Amino acid sequence: MCFERLKSTVGRKAVMAVSGLILLLFVAGHMIGNLQVFLGQEALNSYADHLQSLPVLLWPVRLFLLLVLLLHMAVSISLAWENKTARPVPYAYQDTVQAGYVSRTMVVSGVVIFTFIVYHLLHFTFGTTHPQYFHLTDSKGRHDVYSMVILSFRDLWVSGSYVAAMAVLCAHLSHGIQSLFQSLGFNNEKSRPFFEKLAIAASIMIFIGNSFIPFAVLMGFLKLPSGVI
Amino acid sequence: MNLKLKVWRQRGSGDRGRLVEYEAKNISPDVSFLEMLDIVNEELTRKNVEPVAFDHDCREGICGTCSLMVNGIAHGPRRATTACQLHLRHFKDGDTITIEPWHAKAFPVIKDLVVDRSAFDRIVQAGGFISVNTGGVPEANTIPVPKRTADRAMDAAACIGCGACVASCKNASAMLFVAAKVSHLALLPQGQAEKKERVQKMVAQMDKEGFGACTNQYECEAVCPKEISVSFIAKMNREYLKSSI
Ligand code: FES
Repeated sequence: MCFERLKSTVGRKAVMAVSGLILLLFVAGHMIGNLQVFLGQEALNSYADHLQSLPVLLWPVRLFLLLVLLLHMAVSISLAWENKTARPVPYAYQDTVQAGYVSRTMVVSGVVIFTFIVYHLLHFTFGTTHPQYFHLTDSKGRHDVYSMVILSFRDLWVSGSYVAAMAVLCAHLSHGIQSLFQSLGFNNEKSRPFFEKLAIAASIMIFIGNSFIPFAVLMGFLKLPSGVI
Repeated sequence: MNLKLKVWRQRGSGDRGRLVEYEAKNISPDVSFLEMLDIVNEELTRKNVEPVAFDHDCREGICGTCSLMVNGIAHGPRRATTACQLHLRHFKDGDTITIEPWHAKAFPVIKDLVVDRSAFDRIVQAGGFISVNTGGVPEANTIPVPKRTADRAMDAAACIGCGACVASCKNASAMLFVAAKVSHLALLPQGQAEKKERVQKMVAQMDKEGFGACTNQYECEAVCPKEISVSFIAKMNREYLKSSI
């Protein structure tokens, strides 16, 4: 597909849809990986260790995801800007028939999610925000991800902000997932209600799956292994 | 019934425009919205005030000329109804009604409530047609079209080009209009030859005119007097992406 066509409004919508889908698949995979925390310290730490032991794969994937995220953001900014300038004089009396709050605030929720991603990387990937939990090792000498997660989430502010960010992500996805089918042209009268329901179900699942980890830590379902602090 | 109107007055595209209040007194609930404006205009003329300019033609809901934003909703609160077919019985005595023109960069205001919608004409000129050789009229029904396909094509062809979709969209996007035009020709056998070229050219012209992009909120479908489905936007996206590969 030539660049000229991708630059059109319809083309850029397709770019939003495809990049969004890639990010969604990552979010789902990331969640499934993290849920191994419920299998215990051994499972989670060896999973993390496996990922880290494949730098040839890990770094290209990380770089690819970063580029996809930046593309998703850049295209959305260009579209949002054009959409704004398409109506220079606003209506004095504003009303909508059906457009929901979530769909009208995708840019805002997107910015919140991006801020969260930065914080999340500083927290668990670079160990900047909680360095005291970042250098723990387990009995096999591996990076002790399990204890790091539990110790971090014992702080109400940390868990609270994670759950809040997941709620925003859930809202963003509930509009994003159904939109991607429309933008890529898969919709018709019969499929639309189905995709709308699918979008809501999938985003709620992502919210519950991710939020369950800080929730379980706070409620004491997930405990520290003996010997840590 | 008595109504308080807040009407958008604007001398021309250079003017800034503002809401001006008028009273509509002793109006029968059986008159249409446009007839009510006629009555107000007569009163204004008597008082030597310039009457409010608004667009209209058939007043039967079939031409798509009337174009009023009534209390923030294109064509007013009734579903599947043009402003000319909206009757005052759907309002309450004493209501305040705000009347504005379509606001979009691609639809500059000519005067008061009248906007220039020739951007739509240019989109159609870019590809919303089929090229045929002139000559004798071909026998009807020589090209079989399945009933369901014909029905869908007719659903899309019901678009009267009023521009309510643009007016109601928060992005002033013309995608429902363009999708209806692309789809009705793409569905029929006569439209196949130029199918790819058509969607490319029409989308390119739509972007050039300065309409926004769809964010899938479907306000357009909700206000469309002909209830054109947003599924046609998906169809247009599909046609566009297929023709780009
Ligand atoms: S005036 Fe023709 S549709 Fe309203």
